[in-house]
Amino acid sequence: MANESVATNVYVPYLEQKGFMSWLVTTDHKRIGIMYLISISLFFLIAGIIALLMRFELMTPMADFVSPHTYNVLFTLHGSLMVFFFIVPGLAASFGNFLIPLMIGAPDVAFPKLNLGSYYIYIAGTIIVLYALLQPADTGWTFYTPYSATTDTDVVMITFGVFVLGFSSILTGMNFIVTIHKMRAPGMTWHRLPLFIWASYATAVLQLLATPVVGITLLLLIAERSLGVGFFDPAKGGDPVLFQNFFWFYSHPAVYIMIIPAMGVISEIIPVFARKPIFGYKAIAYSSLGIAFISFLVWAHHMFTSGISEVAATIFSFLTFLVAIPTAIKVFNWLATLYKGSIELHSAMLYALGFVFLFTIGGLTGVFLGALAADIHLHDTYFVVAHMHYVMIGGTVMGFFGALHFWYPKWFGKMFNESVAKLSWFLVFVGFNITFFPQFFLGIQGMPRRYATYPEEFQSLMALSTYGSWILGLGVLIMTVNLIKGLFSDEKAPQNPYGSLSLEWQVPSPPPTLNFDKIPEVTDWTYGYGKKKEVDA
Amino acid sequence: MEEANMEHDAHHDLHMTPEEEYSSSKLGMWLFLGTEIMLFGGLFAAYAIFRAKYPELFLESHQELNREMGAVNTGILIFSSLTMAIGVTAIQRGKQMLAGIMILVTIICGLGFGVVKYFEYGSKFSHHIYPDTNIFFSLYFMMTGLHMLHVFVGLIVLGVIMVMTFQKKFDEKYSTPVEMGGLYWHLVDLVWIYLFPLLYLVG
Ligand code: HEM
Ligand SMILES: [Cu+2]
Repeated sequence: MANESVATNVYVPYLEQKGFMSWLVTTDHKRIGIMYLISISLFFLIAGIIALLMRFELMTPMADFVSPHTYNVLFTLHGSLMVFFFIVPGLAASFGNFLIPLMIGAPDVAFPKLNLGSYYIYIAGTIIVLYALLQPADTGWTFYTPYSATTDTDVVMITFGVFVLGFSSILTGMNFIVTIHKMRAPGMTWHRLPLFIWASYATAVLQLLATPVVGITLLLLIAERSLGVGFFDPAKGGDPVLFQNFFWFYSHPAVYIMIIPAMGVISEIIPVFARKPIFGYKAIAYSSLGIAFISFLVWAHHMFTSGISEVAATIFSFLTFLVAIPTAIKVFNWLATLYKGSIELHSAMLYALGFVFLFTIGGLTGVFLGALAADIHLHDTYFVVAHMHYVMIGGTVMGFFGALHFWYPKWFGKMFNESVAKLSWFLVFVGFNITFFPQFFLGIQGMPRRYATYPEEFQSLMALSTYGSWILGLGVLIMTVNLIKGLFSDEKAPQNPYGSLSLEWQVPSPPPTLNFDKIPEVTDWTYGYGKKKEVDA
Repeated sequence: MEEANMEHDAHHDLHMTPEEEYSSSKLGMWLFLGTEIMLFGGLFAAYAIFRAKYPELFLESHQELNREMGAVNTGILIFSSLTMAIGVTAIQRGKQMLAGIMILVTIICGLGFGVVKYFEYGSKFSHHIYPDTNIFFSLYFMMTGLHMLHVFVGLIVLGVIMVMTFQKKFDEKYSTPVEMGGLYWHLVDLVWIYLFPLLYLVG
């Protein structure tokens, strides 16, 4: 496609300006993307270390490393940081910021200043939560009432922090939707858009519609604790299950806020390294919107054991199965794209393949859990823990790592060591499976989640899981070192190392400050790999 | 470095024509209003659930509310929406003075609304009615409180816009912030129009 976009004027890479101030006041979407990337990565590492501590405690049946209360604090921190600070803003804010304008051929997002404002709101939320650590909450990341309304740990601060983060999420989503509507380059029609853009769009819709609901929920919880409001307190005529309804009305769509951007990443990586046009473009594009829509109708599958009516439970169970359809459509299309492709196993591709494999396990076990009868047995066991980690690590984090390795040369203009990248992928993949696969069995045998202690007979599987977490941790460590070392290497990245057709690869690495010297004219879709298309590209 | 920065920012601001900026801002504002509706929607859902569960409590408790004050405030807000609309039309026609005055009237109405609300809350407290009195008053204080917060934000926004209008920053060619402020103010008004019957006119 459009080659005219290659720089002809003087080329000033966006990273040229140095100095702390130049970052604090930047409105450049690429720099804001980097700031998000650093922030979310830090939280990922912190929450990951907490996870290693938890797994260490679980080596033995007794609570010998930390007390049960401390353990409760640890899983609350781990869950809250991972969910609200890493995975929800995650790919959407970091790669979304970096890629959306580049991919659609725009100089920036629609509201650059608001974009910087959203980042500061994110930071404000993190500061509040860090303050909350003085008296850390022990409710779990779900903040369920009545416990969260009565525990004497500081629930108000951490929920307020999450509430503030919500604003950041909403404003970013709004910014991206407007950008995608209004700033596409000439010729960049909806059906030529890269699938990552479709994914970002669907994610933004979810952010806009679901986030305010968790906002009001957390606000009510704060009012419950500080003003004595009684919406969730049976003694005052309220209803604790109402909290769960509110919470999951956001948090089920939120799981798709977490995963859809990663699906977008996978749809970009696979065709490049299979050197084939993406199969079922429209099906993938519209299934993102389909998922977004259905995800608003299934929240109560988290509440099958909360005493909701049998009729409601049956309906929600059925609706939950529907989510699996658009999800499976994507998986089939990725497989069809791979079929008979000339596959190159770049580290980014390895992560993408890891995603397809692990996410399928995660999604299928989600269908188990959506089945009413099975879920009564499996609810709140390690089976759920395994399911959610297969979708969140096996899915989103794999997508995140894949994106890091894929767009690294473009983003930073440097290269990392590819062999080390492959080694760390292997450790992550193997470590992850050893950590979480045994948890399916633990769950089936009835091991409940969120306990520091457990019966003797679970010890061997529990210990296996802990060993796995060390391999996983080592893999992430090596990967981190490799990527950071790459930044200081002398090896300059070429403009388009994989021969991708997407617009962001048609500008120098790293991109110039205003992305394109001349706004490109787009004449074809992004996925014309293979025979004839590549010639006229 | 500072200078380079300013230039860089200027570039970023200039990547849209005024028309593009207008249509983008408008879409963004409508999306934002959608999220506001979802935010209040949570409270409206809670209202529906609890009213269905405790009809007598709602009937009984709402008699404590001062209908006259509520009605006065409804009138004030509807009037302020009108003045705001006149202000927006005025600026679109380039009448800066009229627009500024209309925004000023809107702000005065908003302040008036706040004063009435202040006396209402005061009289509730003096009757020992608080957010934790019962579910109805929990709802009453949460809903009107969240709405009041929106009024405050609106007043600040309109205050800034008014000053800029008097400074002749807007005219018939560029009036986007005025229109966005207007849209927001209409939402604040709209939410109240629902709150008034739900809370004050139960019986
Ligand atoms: C095919 C798609 C999916 C289906 C059918 C599905 C189904 C379910 C069901 C029924 C539960 C409730 C289990 C229980 O608590 O008893 C659950 C839990 C969970 N799922 Fe999924 N899921 C799917 C995809 C995802 C994705 C993509 C993510 C995130 C990226 C995700 C994250 C979670 C989390 C975090 C929980 C646990 C929530 C908690 O109680 O803390 N799921 N899933
Ligand atoms: Cu769910």
